[in-house]
Amino acid sequence: MTNIALVGKGTAARDSGMFAVLRHARYILGENGITAFAFALFLLIVVAALIGPHIVPYDPLASDTAAALKPPSLAHWAGTDQLGRDVFSRVVVATRLDFFIALASVAMVFVMGGLAGVAAGFFGGWTDRVVGRIADTIMAFPLFVLAMGIVAALGNTVQNIVLATAIVNFPLYARIARTEANVLRDTGFVHAARLCGNGEIRILLGQVLPNIMPIMVVQMSLTMGYAILNAAGLSFIGLGVRPPTAEWGIMVAEGAAFMVSGEWWIAFFPGAALMIAVFCFNLLGDGLRDIVDPRRRT
Amino acid sequence: MIGKRLLAAIPSLIGVIIVTFLLTRALPGDPAAYFAGPAATKEAIEQIRIKLGLDKPLYLQFMRYVADLGRGDLGNSLTTGQPVAEEIKTRLPASAELTLLGLIVSIAIAVPLGIVAATRPNSVIDHCCRVISTAGVSLPVFFTGLILVYVFYYLLGWAPAPLGRLDVFFSPPPQVTGFYLIDSLIAGNGELFLAALKQLILPALTLGIFSLAPIARMTRASMLAALASDFVRTARASGLTPFTIVVTYAFRNAMLPVITTLGMVFSFLLGANVLVEKVFAWPGIGSFAVEALIASDFAPLQGFVLTMAVMYVALNLLIDILYGVIDPRVRIES
Repeated sequence: MTNIALVGKGTAARDSGMFAVLRHARYILGENGITAFAFALFLLIVVAALIGPHIVPYDPLASDTAAALKPPSLAHWAGTDQLGRDVFSRVVVATRLDFFIALASVAMVFVMGGLAGVAAGFFGGWTDRVVGRIADTIMAFPLFVLAMGIVAALGNTVQNIVLATAIVNFPLYARIARTEANVLRDTGFVHAARLCGNGEIRILLGQVLPNIMPIMVVQMSLTMGYAILNAAGLSFIGLGVRPPTAEWGIMVAEGAAFMVSGEWWIAFFPGAALMIAVFCFNLLGDGLRDIVDPRRRT
Repeated sequence: MIGKRLLAAIPSLIGVIIVTFLLTRALPGDPAAYFAGPAATKEAIEQIRIKLGLDKPLYLQFMRYVADLGRGDLGNSLTTGQPVAEEIKTRLPASAELTLLGLIVSIAIAVPLGIVAATRPNSVIDHCCRVISTAGVSLPVFFTGLILVYVFYYLLGWAPAPLGRLDVFFSPPPQVTGFYLIDSLIAGNGELFLAALKQLILPALTLGIFSLAPIARMTRASMLAALASDFVRTARASGLTPFTIVVTYAFRNAMLPVITTLGMVFSFLLGANVLVEKVFAWPGIGSFAVEALIASDFAPLQGFVLTMAVMYVALNLLIDILYGVIDPRVRIES
């Protein structure tokens, strides 16, 4: 009985949440041209990630040595690399992998850091001390260096790149969630929920967690850019993704040697794609933050 | 006061040592088999296990690791057989020179930019500051480096080839500090100084562009706050020149948050350093680590992570102390 009531309540809340999000999105887009632009870029990236491999003109792995190292032309919009592969096709196809790595790592740290931070802020005491100590230890490392160490130790795979990127972002999420939960712990609705006989865990998951969601989502959008940069940086130095897979970081690394001899397009287009993606996420994050949390505007 | 700060850094240091220790133990598979190589026999692996102390319980292994660290022993490289600590010591000045120059470049651009943007809100310069600081964090550092190489080496021919600290025609100055810029000046060799500077400009500029965004942003924000404060209004009302108000009154107060941001900037710089060193074939500890990565040689990498982390803890400590020097209130409170 209570279960049914709960499910009903949950769906209702989700519906109004969806509407609120849509209204919000329209408001943001109308208010700020730059955010609208970033949102359009974001849609483009999502489309490229979803259907990219089906719409590109060439097979990203097919080499054609007769057409190697050709500058951009009508046939090859972004030129060809040293094996005659079409750079444009490779850049578009790589969107899926880069986007997936960033999204997966951000989602992972959202769960890990969010839950740990909320628990730390809500319960205080030793939970707080343990989470704080873990966060401090991670923060004691230069983050990219720690990510390198983690991937090298756990094994050179894409999964470990996702994990390492999530771990280095952990302190950020844990801290934000902790601060918010610490404030919410003494609010009226939390006391009311407790008086109604809800258990602590239930209050944490049902009352506190939903209320810190907006700020955490903004944080996700802000760290997406960093996550893509971090992953691309790792594959640039030869970690994680291996050739001949199309991925922006590794493509820039492959093109690096040709930069000094004038074949700029091999490294330029994947690098530019990377830059645009990060720029888009940063703008989007800034725009979202201005709406959700105007206090932090700089 | 400084003693207290030093004590506060100890837990970070312990955390760093534990994590680097755990990273080796997390190596996939059997570390002994890994260190013995693919062709090793069972007995050889067992011998190495005993030699490495891997047959002992974890806490004893950790004690041994700490004892080795205490003697400055970071293990030997698998590929070269050389002690890792030695290699890091000879390569560190190259990285330090590059990183420090990068930081100087970024402060030299970001702080004036932030101040001007704050004194003229919503002007062209303010918008420039915003665009540059958003673009700066969006640029992958290895990509900026490659673009600079293409433009200034290939197209314009102004910069030398991106191949290390000195052109092959020069030999390094006699070592005093390990910084070629300083050592060449000590040796009184102006030509060598210029040659070293030419090699340094592009990588330092790359690092500078990457790290100027947070500094410019923070300078602008904290200058805006300082300029809106009562003491600045009073100074204005007293008829002081705008220059005195901005530099002496507002800037000194606005510096504190900027210095706090430096901690984050160093985290960026030390990481970005690895990528920049790879692009410019810079013989620092970053490229040492990358070479070790490619050869799956773990001891150098572990030494590198530890060195970087210890340096970062030390830098944060330095920033803390600097903070106390600039803001007397911090000293009184503690």
